[in-house]
Amino acid sequence: MKVKVLYFASLREKLGRDAEELELPAGVATVAALRIHLRGRGGVFESSFAEKILLRAAVNQDMVQPAAAVKAGDEVAFFPPVTGG
Amino acid sequence: MKIAVQKEDFDLSREIKALSGNPRIGAVASFIGLVRDVAMTLEHYPGMTERAITQIVEQAKSRWQVMDCTVIHRYGALEPNDQIVLVAVASAHRGDAFAACEFIMDYLKTQAPFWKQEQTPEGARWVEAKAADDKAAERWQ
Repeated sequence: MKVKVLYFASLREKLGRDAEELELPAGVATVAALRIHLRGRGGVFESSFAEKILLRAAVNQDMVQPAAAVKAGDEVAFFPPVTGG
Repeated sequence: MKIAVQKEDFDLSREIKALSGNPRIGAVASFIGLVRDVAMTLEHYPGMTERAITQIVEQAKSRWQVMDCTVIHRYGALEPNDQIVLVAVASAHRGDAFAACEFIMDYLKTQAPFWKQEQTPEGARWVEAKAADDKAAERWQ
């Protein structure tokens, strides 16, 4: 299935991109699984999505927990903890 | 109800005047956040930002009497002492206005997708989230 993945702030800078369309293999159906999938790309993805790196995620613009489902056509965003206000 | 995410500055007195002229409003509490110490750039997630702030305001409305509310958050390049954020809450009495205003600010800090990058003499530096902000939001649960 296809999803749109967005990156923000320091994560966007490290990855050198702010968005991409991804074709996910079967079995990648949650935010946590997507994170592991991205880590598996190696290089800067491996370090940026390493387990010890604190990241937040949103699916279709709602902040979610790692167990949240990811479906075809979803917009999934990864970003560091927010620092507004 | 007004929620705005904008580059432009805002004017407190104009925003307070614009809050609904409902004669039952007896209190308006407002908070303004300013840039401290160094210039910074604020990045946000267009679309989600407005959505997240709307949800925070809806939560505040479900907990306190909120008769009107304005939230303005700026993004882009900001200088020391520039205004970053305004939260203004109108209610019948001050207790609800104060509480809802503080709640909205605490939740904004942890739920609204903004990121600050400071321009320090050593170069640009992304601000790290503070555990104290999570604690401040948690105490409302």
